[in-house]
Amino acid sequence: MSSLVQSVDWLAIAPPTITAVVGLVVLVADLFVGESRKPLLGWLSVAGLAAATLMLLPLLDADRGTFCLVGDTGVCSYTADRFTLVIQFLVLGGALLTALLSVTALKDEAKRLPEGEYWFLFLSSAAGAALLPASRDLATLIVALEVASLPAFALVGLRHGDRKSSEAALKFFLSSVTATAVSLLGVSFVYAATGTLHLTLIAERVQNVDGQLHTLTQTGVVLTLVGFAFKTAAVPFHFWVPDTYVGAPLPIAAYLSVIGKAVGFTGLILVTVVALPSYADVWGPALAALAALTMTVGNVGALRQQAARAYSAVRLLAWSSVGQAGYLLVPIAAAAYSGDAEKSVGSTVAYALMYGAVNLGAFAVAALVGRAHRLNRVADYRGLYASSPLTALLLGFFLLCLAGLPPGVIGLFAKVTVFSAAVDAGLGWLAVVMAVNVVIALVYYLRWTALLFRAPEGEPVKHRLPAPLTAALALTGVLGVALSGAPQLVLRFTGTGLF
Amino acid sequence: MIDINESVMQVLLAFLVVGPLLGAAAALLPAPPGLKGKSPEQAVLRHGVTVTGAILVAAIVLALGFDHDQPSKMQATTDISWIPALGVRIHLGTDGISLPLLVLTALLTFLSALYSYFKPPAGPSPKAFVALLLVLESGTLATFAVLDLILFFLAFETVLIPMYFLIARWGGEGRAGAAWKFILYTLLGSVVMLLGLLLIGIKAGTFDMVALATDNGRSLTLSVQVVAVLAIGLGLAVKTPMWPLHSWLPDAHTAAPTVGSVLLAGVLLKMGTYGFVRILLPAAPDGFRTFAPYLAAFAVVGVIYGSLACLALAKRGANGDLKRLIAYSSVGHMGFVLLGIATMTPTGVNGALFANIAHGLITGLLFFLVGGVKDRTGSTDLDTLAKETGAALYGKAPRLGGLLAFAAVASLGLPGLAGFWGEMLALFGAFAPGAGLSRPAFLTFMAIGAFGTLLTAAYLLIVVRRVCMGAVPQDAPKLTDVRSYEFAAWTPLVVLTVVAGLWPGALLRLTDPVVQQLLAGGTR
Repeated sequence: MSSLVQSVDWLAIAPPTITAVVGLVVLVADLFVGESRKPLLGWLSVAGLAAATLMLLPLLDADRGTFCLVGDTGVCSYTADRFTLVIQFLVLGGALLTALLSVTALKDEAKRLPEGEYWFLFLSSAAGAALLPASRDLATLIVALEVASLPAFALVGLRHGDRKSSEAALKFFLSSVTATAVSLLGVSFVYAATGTLHLTLIAERVQNVDGQLHTLTQTGVVLTLVGFAFKTAAVPFHFWVPDTYVGAPLPIAAYLSVIGKAVGFTGLILVTVVALPSYADVWGPALAALAALTMTVGNVGALRQQAARAYSAVRLLAWSSVGQAGYLLVPIAAAAYSGDAEKSVGSTVAYALMYGAVNLGAFAVAALVGRAHRLNRVADYRGLYASSPLTALLLGFFLLCLAGLPPGVIGLFAKVTVFSAAVDAGLGWLAVVMAVNVVIALVYYLRWTALLFRAPEGEPVKHRLPAPLTAALALTGVLGVALSGAPQLVLRFTGTGLF
Repeated sequence: MIDINESVMQVLLAFLVVGPLLGAAAALLPAPPGLKGKSPEQAVLRHGVTVTGAILVAAIVLALGFDHDQPSKMQATTDISWIPALGVRIHLGTDGISLPLLVLTALLTFLSALYSYFKPPAGPSPKAFVALLLVLESGTLATFAVLDLILFFLAFETVLIPMYFLIARWGGEGRAGAAWKFILYTLLGSVVMLLGLLLIGIKAGTFDMVALATDNGRSLTLSVQVVAVLAIGLGLAVKTPMWPLHSWLPDAHTAAPTVGSVLLAGVLLKMGTYGFVRILLPAAPDGFRTFAPYLAAFAVVGVIYGSLACLALAKRGANGDLKRLIAYSSVGHMGFVLLGIATMTPTGVNGALFANIAHGLITGLLFFLVGGVKDRTGSTDLDTLAKETGAALYGKAPRLGGLLAFAAVASLGLPGLAGFWGEMLALFGAFAPGAGLSRPAFLTFMAIGAFGTLLTAAYLLIVVRRVCMGAVPQDAPKLTDVRSYEFAAWTPLVVLTVVAGLWPGALLRLTDPVVQQLLAGGTR
């Protein structure tokens, strides 16, 4: 008789585990560390995230699976394949960069944010986000999703005595919980129809569902998708984004804009492409429509931001991230139509990597400017070139990458892969909608970029660069420039199988 | 003409593309000791002249080393894999149709940099100006040098940001709006173009222009070709610009600084027509044939429309702006170019390519001259300049007046000058259009186009009369005549206009074999 005890491949699960353990250590250490030593917690977290990221390296050699079904080793709950590793790299690397931003933010907030709790919640959420791409059954998937998002609500509302912050957290929480409930219902329907939670098994069995259960399965599919669409902030589940971003501490807004997105679209990919490829005719058109709506609403929202309004810079980034989420959805929708779904999904992954690097870069500059201008208006960026030329050039570069215009070469090529996924799948209309959106997006990105180089109004404010911010800026800047020279580094995921 | 090692040629061509980019980066850095010059401004402007000068020298050496006996052969080719995932290769090369454009670009940019050195543009620091100018040069040179569809798109997009800033920062009245109009129009066009390029690349399985030209559309179905030509054609037509997609051009030209106008008209517009000849004609001939009559129709409407707009602007009391007038005349001239391409005959396409170069030389010169007039009189408004009797440039500044009259006459297509041959050949092409195209329709287009040349002559002569002639009042202040640096910047254009007019064979011998090959597809 084979053993009923599963053997655990500790190396495979190291990246999320280290993150979670460091989170617990920080929580405990917070009790014993004196007030003056609190910044150490931040550096401990940064080190933990760096270690977790490094632990991805030994996994590169081959696909691993653990927590497999006893008797059927091909079906595992946790799989560390190429897809998992790339997304984990995005999540952990993104978390590392936001952690660097957080170190400065916590110092500036001067005790209005409790450090121990902040880092614990932050690392827990990152651990959940890192677990999610590896999950290969619906239960783990939902658990990972909740671990990633529940601490995020708390982080958004963490700022003591800030009404906007708590309101944003409540908004975020209520809408998110509703979405989770809906997707749980969907999962239960799918389970009822197929009798399994493992994605690959669902993919097999869902094709032979009893005719009576057909409607149930379809409803289940749609409801499950709703939950994940919410996480990507896809329209019409986007309304929490702008307020949340403004209310949240800036690093958390950055975190949500990248890692939150990664969580959402990873879940979508796993549910659609891996678990329900036979239902492509259901989720394909739905995702295509969702993508078109999301990018249009997001970009128009960003376009309408007035430069002089309070927090307009963060608001603009928030709305633009909704628009970018739309682009991320395009290849997933295309996967429904194209012969090679993995290739399409690769476009999303490549785009997400580009977006992660440059969007976090833009947030890093926003964090820097926000130190001198609390209101963080777009108008505050006027003449940034005069006071800190390098920062201004970097922000200009990041924004143009997001817009997809040279000199942001990597942004351009990332858009090209998304377009080519759509064209390849015959989704001409979606490609045209996206083309129009790219032009709309250019308006606000370029408007902001142009502002950086205008003559400053009044005395230019000198921005002092703290070390963690410098590190974050340097990392994202080097990444952006290196990728622009060698786009193959991320675009290769569009050429090879990920699963 | 002279024998140069192939690998040296490769390096030269790569240098044309990369050199300006490095120069742009260097322009942003502080000047090294020993090169500080009189002031940082002067140093950076001198840097611009040096870099563009080096590029021009490289372009000339490239032209000399080019094997003129085999212009249809791709020369100085580099072919390295860049992004295997997308199948994008760094494929550079030049043949008889891109070489003249490369030299023209390098020349006009150098002259612009030279002109700016002596007459720095009014606006913020020249540091950024020089950097943007160099990025612009790199983008345009790359457009003509690359042989990969995606790289072509990349190069096409590279010029947008620098041109936007050149207009928005150093432009005249209404510059912000004009710059936006420029970038939004062209971006919308080029994104749609990208969709077409991707369609061709995905369906044919390669993004390589040479392979696509050899394939000659055989691996693309008619419907794919039609959609691709529509999408790519739209993008290129916005850039060219084709009536009715031209409305960004007059504003951009009016607001742009002199140098910006020169490069916009002289080089940037050529990227559109070059794309038609390099990509659409050989890669999707059947799709192109479907749209050729429409293209020709829009082209001749553009010819008439441009001329009528110019006539209206040239009228007394119309408050016509000279720069705007030249911009509209560009719409007309580019109409001839498009007509030539739409005929799908060697004659017509050769004419189009010739008119392309001629327009670059002549309109570049015209914009320089109008810039000169503006410096002296402070205005480009025809009514302000001419007042009651005429601006009497002949009397006040005889050399400037003479040059302006020369450029205007060249622009209207006087035989013996560059403007003549291209338009004549384009009309000739329309007389006997390519196989599968309706002859009566093209005869009509030819007739309309020929009428357009008359209108062109009319408005240009009116302009000459109103600006150059007129009685000189006794107390009128003398205007400074052409300065030596202006001579230096303008003479090459004048000389080339005359040379191209008297010896069109020099250019046609380069382009004709390539055009024959592109139209025949693959067969060498």
